[in-house]
Amino acid sequence: MASNSSGGGGEGGSSDRQRIAQQRLRIIAGHLQRPADDGLIVLAAECKGQNNKTEASSEGRTVPRRRQEIMKWNGWGYSDSKFLFNKKGQAEFTGKRYRLSGMIMPALKDWFEGTFGASLQHKTPATPVLTSSAVQPPTLNEAFVEELKSTGISFSHNAEDRVFRAHGHCLHEIFALREGKFGRVPDMVVWPNCHNDVVKIVELACKHNVCLMPYGGGTSVSSALECPPEETRSIVSLDTSQMNRILWIDEKNLTAHVEAGIVGQDLERLLNESGYCTGHEPDSMEFSSLGGWVATRASGMKKNIYGNIEDLVVHIKMVTPRGVIEKSCQGPRMSTGPDIHHFIMGSEGTLGVVTEVTMKIRPVPEYQKYGSVVFPNFEQGVACLREVAKQRCAPASIRLMDNEQFKFGHALKPQVSSIFTSFLEGLKKLYITKFKGFDPNRLCVATLLFEGDREKVLQHEKQVYDIAAKFGGLAAGEDNGQRGYMLTFVIAYLRDLGMDYYVIGESFETSVPWDRVLDICRNVKARIVRECKDKGVQFPPLSTCRVTQTYDAGACVYFYFAFNYRGLSDPVHAYEQVEHAAREEILANGGSLSHHHGVGKLRKEWMRETVSNVGMGMLKSVKEYVDPQNIFGNRNLL
Amino acid sequence: MASKAVYTHRDPMLKKRDDFEDILEERRSSSDLRYALKCYTPVLYKGLTPCNASLLKGMVLQSDQLHYVISQMSKGTGRATDDIQEEAMAILDEMAHSLQLSTIRFFAFTLSKVFKTLFRSICVNEEGIQRLQQAIHEHPVVLLPSHRSYMDFLLMSYLLYTYDLALPVIAAGMDFMGMKFVGEMLRMSGAFFIRRSFGGDKLYWAVFSEYVKTMLKIGFAPVEFFLEGTRSRTSKSLTPKLGLLNIVMDPFLKGEVFDVNLVPISISYERILEESLYARELLGVPKPKESTSGLFKARKVLSEDYGSIHVYFGQPVSVRSLAQGKVNRCQFSLVPRHIPKRPSEEIHSFVNDSAYKLVRAQEENMVLKPWVLLVSLLLQNHHQNQGSADAGQRKGVALDELTAQALWLRDLSREYGAFLHWPDHTPPSEVVSSSLSLHQGLVRICEGRVHLAPQGTVTPEEELLSQAVVILSCVSYRNQALHVFLRPALLASAIHTASSNNKQEVFNSFSFLRNMFSNEFILCPGATVQDFEEACYLLMKTGALQVTQQEVLVTESGHRTVAFLTNMLDPFLQGYQVVCRFLCEEATDSLTEKLFIPAVRKFIIKLLLEGRLRYAEVLSSDLQKNVLAALLRLGAVQKVKGAAPGTLKINTVMVNSLEDTLGGKLPTQKTVSARL
Repeated sequence: MASNSSGGGGEGGSSDRQRIAQQRLRIIAGHLQRPADDGLIVLAAECKGQNNKTEASSEGRTVPRRRQEIMKWNGWGYSDSKFLFNKKGQAEFTGKRYRLSGMIMPALKDWFEGTFGASLQHKTPATPVLTSSAVQPPTLNEAFVEELKSTGISFSHNAEDRVFRAHGHCLHEIFALREGKFGRVPDMVVWPNCHNDVVKIVELACKHNVCLMPYGGGTSVSSALECPPEETRSIVSLDTSQMNRILWIDEKNLTAHVEAGIVGQDLERLLNESGYCTGHEPDSMEFSSLGGWVATRASGMKKNIYGNIEDLVVHIKMVTPRGVIEKSCQGPRMSTGPDIHHFIMGSEGTLGVVTEVTMKIRPVPEYQKYGSVVFPNFEQGVACLREVAKQRCAPASIRLMDNEQFKFGHALKPQVSSIFTSFLEGLKKLYITKFKGFDPNRLCVATLLFEGDREKVLQHEKQVYDIAAKFGGLAAGEDNGQRGYMLTFVIAYLRDLGMDYYVIGESFETSVPWDRVLDICRNVKARIVRECKDKGVQFPPLSTCRVTQTYDAGACVYFYFAFNYRGLSDPVHAYEQVEHAAREEILANGGSLSHHHGVGKLRKEWMRETVSNVGMGMLKSVKEYVDPQNIFGNRNLL
Repeated sequence: MASKAVYTHRDPMLKKRDDFEDILEERRSSSDLRYALKCYTPVLYKGLTPCNASLLKGMVLQSDQLHYVISQMSKGTGRATDDIQEEAMAILDEMAHSLQLSTIRFFAFTLSKVFKTLFRSICVNEEGIQRLQQAIHEHPVVLLPSHRSYMDFLLMSYLLYTYDLALPVIAAGMDFMGMKFVGEMLRMSGAFFIRRSFGGDKLYWAVFSEYVKTMLKIGFAPVEFFLEGTRSRTSKSLTPKLGLLNIVMDPFLKGEVFDVNLVPISISYERILEESLYARELLGVPKPKESTSGLFKARKVLSEDYGSIHVYFGQPVSVRSLAQGKVNRCQFSLVPRHIPKRPSEEIHSFVNDSAYKLVRAQEENMVLKPWVLLVSLLLQNHHQNQGSADAGQRKGVALDELTAQALWLRDLSREYGAFLHWPDHTPPSEVVSSSLSLHQGLVRICEGRVHLAPQGTVTPEEELLSQAVVILSCVSYRNQALHVFLRPALLASAIHTASSNNKQEVFNSFSFLRNMFSNEFILCPGATVQDFEEACYLLMKTGALQVTQQEVLVTESGHRTVAFLTNMLDPFLQGYQVVCRFLCEEATDSLTEKLFIPAVRKFIIKLLLEGRLRYAEVLSSDLQKNVLAALLRLGAVQKVKGAAPGTLKINTVMVNSLEDTLGGKLPTQKTVSARL
């Protein structure tokens, strides 16, 4: 059973549905890859045999088996997209994939030098090429390899393939890659094509006592993909990227059954073609996979409408050393003891491999609109978000950036094309700072995204702006809003730019009750500044935050933190100490260990106090039952 | 206990202290009026929320905390919330300050005049002022001055005004408010008034704590209060009170501010204005009648020379760093922060430890004048002469002998880390004579011999009491140096009382004494081993002691030091024994807390008159109260419930054995909790 649909570069859709889908693509995925040129999308329930796998079937997908073909080996994202300072000292973004691609950002250099005390004269370039000889040779379990060969599942022990799957995107991981240093890396990579392949691999791993580490999109920021150095068995990275098909769509129940290796952008694009979407848009959606979302309890930007991953999932299939775990039906809610999905969601690859997921889908919304509101200060902004949450009228997304981040966003403004636009910009600025008396060093901005049918969106928009007005907020246009969202997609690219010039940084997140939002923001930012000073950082760090999600009882807060490490002998160590202190501060201020990044190995030490001794014991006993041999031995979480 | 944050026992000689500047010098050479009207633009807290005194009241009344308490009370008692709200408002009105710059200017003018008449100089460490300015800018600040005189808080505001620092709001006892006009003046200069006791009054506590926290959180002004709770009449630091410290630490612990800076401030007076007033109070002798003679006395006060004042602004102590590793702040995450909660055991002991550290930080930076050393020597000499047969005949000590001893003591105290202001470039004899002349009310020099001032009076009892006034005044000066010698002195006494030189036994004895005296002196709870090591270290450093694995031995050259130290603590040892004896021999079943002081005083007077007790300072009600508190703490005396309020039940056997142990007649029991 196969059907196809055309991605249709410029030919336009034949049906209405496709037209809407195209429009939506343009709106929400301005930051994503350009519409795929063409390609057959195979919707097959049968497993694609390894041998009859055609090139055509993978062309429509973003992630090839050999990731190195399109992606950087020591930085974020696509090889063709990066920030750099050109010969004139202006920042530009290369490539053609993003809205910002090919543009010049004249303000970035001054912001960069001013904020970090960095200089374009002082470069720290990365090791240009991956030297395979620097990678330790694989420890192979011959018996396992032999039997695997007979199954026909493709695998590799090429050094590049292994290095690609040995890391996520924590600062220390990327820093080490840039220096050309590799620690323990997986000994081989396998690419199952379907659920049954995974069953076979897991069986063989159990039989031969091989350590398996599931790999989805590789966007982890919790050291989850780091190979435990103490692991003596052969480590096999199980790359799910080739399990990337939508197996069926059920329009009556509005669900889709999808293989767990699919990455976010492909899932949305393929569903869009049928007029649907999941609405799940984590910031990493270009590269992160469905299975990864399930395994880490991911959260999407538009969760206010669509929900977080736990709200979206209807059915999960996971292969464990004990066998396959799944529910017997697709009922929307069950009272059958503790929900077994909750053993799976957040298990971070310690129990098995998620292979297939049934997810809720929604018709593509008719209309989308960005917006932004400027507040005189962060306190007022938070009060407004709280009120919006209280009235339960949050738009698809509402985020509040603090002053530093607002300035950061401004530094990314592309060169304006006409004098008229810059004149208008000037007027706007004048109005806000002079006429309304907002202090440019205190004001902050909320970015909004509305979705739904046109009339309701406009109505909703008015309601939100009315609330904002009560807290001194001024509507500041769609453009500012859209730029705010763009920032989240390019920030990871920007980190690579920083690292070219002695600047290192990272983001981390938490969730916290409403009454503590202001306190936690202030204290964590101050703690970062103080710790940097204590650790000998010579320049004041960038320490900034934003409130990114609202809930009935609290909010999700995101911190960005970066500093210029010139003069430090061990910048990564200093960085890690500061991040550690910041996490302690978060916990001391009533914040959670993580809202959606997960625990991995980076935050493991705080698990016990987070979930209590008994809670820890519960989780451990599940692990002991499901995986007594510790086949899934990435040692995350517990 | 690893309490290294505020003090450590590294070599105290190396303690670096700032230099002083005399602020009166400029007052003497330029216009006071211009000074009082000067442009005043202090550095403020960077996170300041602009506010005035009445807005502040509004914030307190609107707070979640207060709303919660009021609604709880209303549910509990059935009273209307409006009614309780009004009561809260009344409490706040009674309490709140109304800080006005104009009043401060008025005080700046008048105090300049007064200070110049009374004092030779007022010396301030300006580096401390700079640190304070920085601290005020960074975080909310709490000022914690030592408390020896009524002058303290006016002096503090005066200094902050002088240095263009933010004026503090000051927690003052309600007793000030009794003085109608003065009370209002003080209120306008930043004082806010709290009742001395409000035990179970939840509303009062809520209003009060919220008022203080609000001022702190919004950075309204530095909050100033006295850790010791009241003026020390003896010049010994008092056991810190924890209530306000708890309140000011709360915003940090609950994450409402990033940090709070606590600034210990040591104010040392060369001569205390209230000198004889305190002595009389401690003796229970009524104050001289308030009349023409009182007025005359007041004028006399103004005409006397009170030497100089030294104010040392200590290193700001960050609550955050104090709490580092000691407090798990997550404990506040599970209950809404506006619901009042009794502090947990962990918090309580953290606040208590911090309070002791801060008081010790105050003590360490107290400036000692040569007089303090002289009077210590004179007192010891006085008591020794008293004991010997040929009293009266060769009274006192020869001036040059005293000078020689003082030089010895000067060097010793410096070795122990005392902050001694001994003018090294002046000949010692001049230093001694000028010190003595400043205190001519207390000492006499005749025929080249120095002795405590005699009093010609009629009956032996009157003579005793007037003598005691002099002695207690002298004692209050000696006490200024006690903290320097305390730990070595406890060790010296322990060696003295212990039955052998065995180290463990000496330690047991040390530990017993330390425990016994923990109401008397500032001894951090739980730091016994640390104190013992510090004492050993100091005595070894000066060559007075040899400490091996097993033994503690006094060296040949160390006898003088050890004798001096033992003598310093002896009045306390004797005093505690005497009070114990009283309780065993004289106390009746009907003895109440109220009757305790007069009864024990009568008993002591009798002993003194009979010559069975040397130390008139035992008459100090402060010491007597401390003994009772210690015995209550140890369970040797209990308050009986049901009987007349405050009736005391005495465990004679236990009191008796404590007395014997203090006297070295009984070996220290092995029940001592801490071991080496």
